[in-house]
Amino acid sequence: MKKNFNVVNKSVRKIDSLSLITGKPMFVGDLKPADALVVKMLWSPHAHARIVSLDASAAEKMPGVHAVLHHGNVPRVLHTTAGQGFPEPSPYDSVMFDNKVRHVGDRVAAVAAETAEQAAAALKAIKVVYEELPAVMSIEDAMKPGAPIIHDEPDAHAAIPVPYEPERNLAARVAMDVGDLEAGLKASDVVLDREYYTDYAQHCPIEPHVAMAQIAVDGRIVITTSTQVPFHVRRIVAQVLQIPVRRIRVIKPRIGGGFGAKQEVLLESVVALFALRTGRAVYWKYTREEEFVSSRTRHPEKMRVRVGAGKDGKIRAIGLDCISNSGAYGAHALTVVCNSGSKILPLYRSDIIHFVGESVYTNLPVGGAYRGYGATQSSFAIDCHMDELAEQLGMDSLEFRRINTVRSGETSPVFRALGEGKAGVEQSVGSCELERCMKLGAKEIGWKRRGRWQDKTGRFRRGIGMAALMQGSSIPEIDMGAVSLKINDDGSFNMLMGATDIGTGSDTVLAQIAAETLGCDLDKLIVYSSDTDMTPFDVGAYASSTTYLTGMAVKNTAEKVVKQMKDVAAAMMECSAKDISLSDNKAHGPGGRSVTFSEIALRALYGTDQFQIGAISSAISHKSPSPFSAHFAEVEVDTQTGKVSVLRYVAAVDCGTAINPKLSEGQTEGGVLNGISYALTEEYRFSPKGRMLNSSFLHYKIMTMRDKPEIKTILVPSYEKTGPYGAKSVSEICINGPMPSIANAIYNAVGVRMRSSPFTPERVWRAMKEQGRI
Amino acid sequence: MNIAFTLNGKPQELTISPNEKLTEALRRLGVYSVKTGCNEGACGSCVVNVNGRAVKSCLMYAAQVDGGCVETVEFIGSLDNPHPIQSALVEEGAVQCGFCMGGLIMSAKAVFDKNPSPTDEELAIHLDGHLCRCTGYEKIQSALRKVSSGAAS
Ligand code: FES
Ligand code: FES
Repeated sequence: MKKNFNVVNKSVRKIDSLSLITGKPMFVGDLKPADALVVKMLWSPHAHARIVSLDASAAEKMPGVHAVLHHGNVPRVLHTTAGQGFPEPSPYDSVMFDNKVRHVGDRVAAVAAETAEQAAAALKAIKVVYEELPAVMSIEDAMKPGAPIIHDEPDAHAAIPVPYEPERNLAARVAMDVGDLEAGLKASDVVLDREYYTDYAQHCPIEPHVAMAQIAVDGRIVITTSTQVPFHVRRIVAQVLQIPVRRIRVIKPRIGGGFGAKQEVLLESVVALFALRTGRAVYWKYTREEEFVSSRTRHPEKMRVRVGAGKDGKIRAIGLDCISNSGAYGAHALTVVCNSGSKILPLYRSDIIHFVGESVYTNLPVGGAYRGYGATQSSFAIDCHMDELAEQLGMDSLEFRRINTVRSGETSPVFRALGEGKAGVEQSVGSCELERCMKLGAKEIGWKRRGRWQDKTGRFRRGIGMAALMQGSSIPEIDMGAVSLKINDDGSFNMLMGATDIGTGSDTVLAQIAAETLGCDLDKLIVYSSDTDMTPFDVGAYASSTTYLTGMAVKNTAEKVVKQMKDVAAAMMECSAKDISLSDNKAHGPGGRSVTFSEIALRALYGTDQFQIGAISSAISHKSPSPFSAHFAEVEVDTQTGKVSVLRYVAAVDCGTAINPKLSEGQTEGGVLNGISYALTEEYRFSPKGRMLNSSFLHYKIMTMRDKPEIKTILVPSYEKTGPYGAKSVSEICINGPMPSIANAIYNAVGVRMRSSPFTPERVWRAMKEQGRI
Repeated sequence: MNIAFTLNGKPQELTISPNEKLTEALRRLGVYSVKTGCNEGACGSCVVNVNGRAVKSCLMYAAQVDGGCVETVEFIGSLDNPHPIQSALVEEGAVQCGFCMGGLIMSAKAVFDKNPSPTDEELAIHLDGHLCRCTGYEKIQSALRKVSSGAAS
């Protein structure tokens, strides 16, 4: 177990950061040719309607208009927009354009024109007659007998054998039982049965979705897009356009944030088809309003939690029933709700575990992948529940978590039962420093001084709350990442990888792993990623996989290159390769002799027995090691207005070896503030007919520097044996903590349990009023 | 209509339509650091300095800078010679996707040009119009703190 690192575990500069902040043209919009056609979409004004007729003939003749796409002139190919591995676990319930619309903001027709103004004018000239249908506006309505059927088209189907019953608006279902929940609850001394609800939210990448397609000189389509999943984009566009994969090249330049929203293939098929039909470069960027309404969201979830514990404070039985609102399409429906179980239930030890996850269609915006991916929703329910249960047991909730949370070496039946669209993978917990995270975090926040709400008086009351968290690192036995590496004359290396840096710094982190393995300086690595013509495959940036999984691929590849370099160096120094070690950009042989990497490269490229020193390799994972984290929030509640302010936030996280500690902290801080916004201010407001009323940054409040509390990250090192240099993941777990820890802190301040998000001043005030706290 | 202004230290003439926003005009001129995150004055990714003041270029017409002086993040530093704000952000690991940064840096620069050592609170007030979804602002704040205390070069 190597622990003295040269490049890894160092906060080196993010390799693209200076270029990014000196304003170099690096984003999709910066690469657009001046003469690209611009796309505008006609969106459905109705939540649920059939398109009786659509006449685009006048629009097609408008000045500047080159093409109009609608259900009458595009191939009807059922697919999912979810950018997942093939075959996808999300139902095939989407077509490029349909003769039915299923939410306000669903697609009706698209125009490509010389200018945005011309495209907008043409949209107005498209004549559409709708037959409005009764709409489904909630999880409850979707499940009522006789509810309107949202996917009544006969060709919608699941691509893999999983439950899918569109005739009752069921987009997905997954269940597991170990032991008998009812019996377990009966045998418990204390039983708590509660319902929780988390609402819609949007990722809000500051760069909205944007994509461009061009026809290359050989007739192939080049798609430059702001995506997390370039290889899935290539496959899904080929599927939707019914053309071979080989005709498509997908390039991901720098992208302005993703958070899961860009794990969705939304714009690419449209720009590609327009490019094919017009022969022109075609560009489409969402407006902010479109990003809210016609992109993807966090699935709202309704959760029932039942937990029984003995007087000794030990959990006997846990039951979790989740129903998610998938919106109009089933993107990520199964896997998000499944993760609500799989990414949180193993955290608390219990012999009896019950889980049901269902996802239902409604005529509201579409759910999707969002950092945390279902675990965010259930972490709220479970950790608020544990806090309340500890109170009923008369225990300190930190102590309750300490004795009930999983430890290194233990396993959980959940790992085996819940996979992504198939059974899971049996695994035991490897590295786990959760207990230390709780200890250090509690000390940092001052857990001991939190007191009881009953003793707090005055208008402003303070409270401290916590949450314990886990996530995963990659999807075991499904995800794959690959890397190629070759040496250049000067001892530098080109590293090509499919992995998708979406601003997280994965290019840097992966280069650090390569440099560590090769024994060279970081600046010897020339990294190029995410180009389907040039780089090997990678599933993309999701499921907290890149550092762990692609990191292993980097290490595997670099080890092959090391072997070749040692062989060349051995020939040069006339010694055995076994006696050679690589460090400081040199191969060191016996007797203090050494040759530089450049000398090795020159010999291999120009000297004797020439060959290209280089390798390509890949990695899959056989487990999904959990990062663990303990979060603590201190809040102040204004009892007159109900306003909750977070005063201080502490996140202690065990992500294994932090390959780049500052970037790991940055991931944590960004996720935490996003989570705080989600808990307190972010909210979708709808009209009774399903139109979002606050689809702008002016009315959908995400936090600024002024709103933020001090966020303190504590990296608690562990060493995950299966990961590259001991690393696990860090990017998703952090967003799961704020909602439960803030809710628990609100309780500690004013004695009300907030079980429905977000905790707006009005809701908190009403809760205090109803429960006689003010 | 034609306008003339100073763009990043050089005289610039441009034919514009009267309703063209400054963001679009600048991007048409190849000044790609100016981003559009919302087009409604709420995210700050389009901020440039006009006559020394930080302004949201999506809310301003190009015609309004006629005769004025416009500076963007391309001008204040380069790969070889970054501005102290840029260096500090890089060293602190504050740059994630970077989409928000061009605008944010220009706002910060406008603050520092007037007051070389602003407090956290003053900076937060002036940067309140900027949204960054990646960083949680923690590292941005510590970078700016370094600039403010003169610790950044
Ligand atoms: S684009 Fe100007 S403030 Fe958002
Ligand atoms: S760094 Fe991505 S929005 Fe600020």
